[in-house]
Amino acid sequence: MAVADQQRISYIASQAADVRLNVELQTEEMTLNLGPQHPATHGTLRIIARLDGEQVVKADVVCGYMHRGYEKLTEVRTYPQITTLINRIDWLSSFANEVPFILAAEDLMEVEAPPRAQWIRTLFFELSRIANITLFIGEMGVQLGAITPVFFAFRDREYVLNLIESATGGRFHPNFDRIGGIKDDLPKGWIAETKDAMRRIRGYCDELEDLLMGNEIFEARTRGVGVIPADVGVSYGLSGANIRASGVDWDLRRDAPSPLAWKELDWKVWTHPDGDSFARYWVRLQETREATLMVDQLLDGLPSGPIQAKVPRIIKVPAGEAWAHTENPLGEMGYYIVSQGGLGPFRVKIRSASFHNISIVPWLLKGVYVPDIITILSSLYFILGDIDR
Amino acid sequence: MSSADPTATGANTATDDRHQALLEDLTSRLGDAVVGSHIRNGDLWVRIRPDGWLRAAQECKAMSFDYFCYLSGIDWLPHTWPNPKVIEAPGVVDTESSDDGADASPQEAEAGFETDEPSSGEIVTGFAGGDTRFQVLARLYSTVRHIGLTLKADLDDETPSIQTWTGEYPGADWCERETYEMYGFEFVGHPNLVKLYLPGEFEGFPLRKDFPLLAREVKPWPGLVDVELFPDTYQDPAEGA
Repeated sequence: MAVADQQRISYIASQAADVRLNVELQTEEMTLNLGPQHPATHGTLRIIARLDGEQVVKADVVCGYMHRGYEKLTEVRTYPQITTLINRIDWLSSFANEVPFILAAEDLMEVEAPPRAQWIRTLFFELSRIANITLFIGEMGVQLGAITPVFFAFRDREYVLNLIESATGGRFHPNFDRIGGIKDDLPKGWIAETKDAMRRIRGYCDELEDLLMGNEIFEARTRGVGVIPADVGVSYGLSGANIRASGVDWDLRRDAPSPLAWKELDWKVWTHPDGDSFARYWVRLQETREATLMVDQLLDGLPSGPIQAKVPRIIKVPAGEAWAHTENPLGEMGYYIVSQGGLGPFRVKIRSASFHNISIVPWLLKGVYVPDIITILSSLYFILGDIDR
Repeated sequence: MSSADPTATGANTATDDRHQALLEDLTSRLGDAVVGSHIRNGDLWVRIRPDGWLRAAQECKAMSFDYFCYLSGIDWLPHTWPNPKVIEAPGVVDTESSDDGADASPQEAEAGFETDEPSSGEIVTGFAGGDTRFQVLARLYSTVRHIGLTLKADLDDETPSIQTWTGEYPGADWCERETYEMYGFEFVGHPNLVKLYLPGEFEGFPLRKDFPLLAREVKPWPGLVDVELFPDTYQDPAEGA
């Protein structure tokens, strides 16, 4: 409880200082339009900020520039076709998008993938996490004017993407998960290559830690900026590293029942009590390193056996409703499938993490300074496809 | 979802006991506002009377359901556009048997799309029942107890409207705006009920089942027709014999 109080006090103190300033210096309000094309938005997100001097009085988020209507499109597709579609929601960790959908469909069909398939799923899930967050760790530096980290990020992310490509055939959109298992087994020599790549990624994390953590500019721009108290965060539906950075010890990989192999690994859920931009960065950096260690364990313990359970040639899902969610790189991602029997779903509700993570922005930006808008947005880390779906 | 380890059945019944206890707790708090419920595979569905929707949120919040997962709608009207359907080629074998693994030859049955015969038009609702065409559904989760539930409420066919949850869960703000533009549900008391994704002048409610999917109206899904020949078997019709 003390942690939440501390976050709250620091938030209230910053707000109070802002109010005082506004009374002293009354200025005419102006509107600042950010985007839709802005490097900090990772896509096309528009923010309309009402400014008083250098402070934001009110911020409106305009999204929908990339709305593709996936919930409608799923209604005219068969289950195997939908995985192709949902690959494009969070395009930096496509495989992780497929998993909860397949799990929900498997739940309705009452089939279960064999252990080897579950382990390989977990393996690719964590690889997508690394590919995704690696980029964030570098990107955050760019938003603060440091160019080097992003070059490192693109350099080292390539190792992970090559691994995903060599096993699935797709660099960005693997479309590898199947109802009842996975498409293919791992190629020859892949395990050794992966171990090597994980070593590189750990080196990259150390490098970034050296470059940014303790850097005066980085600390000044992120410490105490964009504080989200834990209770506010959860009521907005924030999930993933964003809420763990506010001290909420909650990770679906550990806390939710799942057929994937996370429960059999030895790993740690990282949290940070501060809830500011720095905490969000720090948690993600630790999670990336943790994920590389998880991949190593998955490679060592990979069980042998089949990779596909017996399923009918034509997938028909019995009538019913199912909800499946997983801890994706950006936060909780879930699919609510309503089936009325047949080849395609009746309705699919896609719960994507970024949509909810960004819905806090109008609240969070109140009272911050203009340059901090960029840091805060960047530290919340969103993918536009994951907001607009 | 069942888990891979052999103790799965034991774990499942334990979860169901938890959901049963949760349902009883909720029923005692909400009284006759609970009109239906369903427990399946470690998950709980509760249908609330529409006038008790806001009270359900308040009670859930008091029961430590702090995390707002999502809020959305559903239209139970049957599909009116071409539905996925099995297209069977001549000499098809039994599709349900999966004796030799995954590779089905293309001569056998294919899953494709064809205009379905007109459906009966009868509304079939899902878990926890339903009396009307529209339903609003929301999911809450407790980060303390690690348990979640799905709440549903029936809405009127002509003027679907329900109380807003923005006072209890600020995260409902965007979800309600999205549901408003996609289904046309009105959320009474919402501070800023405007479109979220679509342009302001957009007419109609895209996720309703009677809203046509124009891409499919213009060009129907080809189904089996779309099979591309391999280069060595392809003959250009213009070349002639």
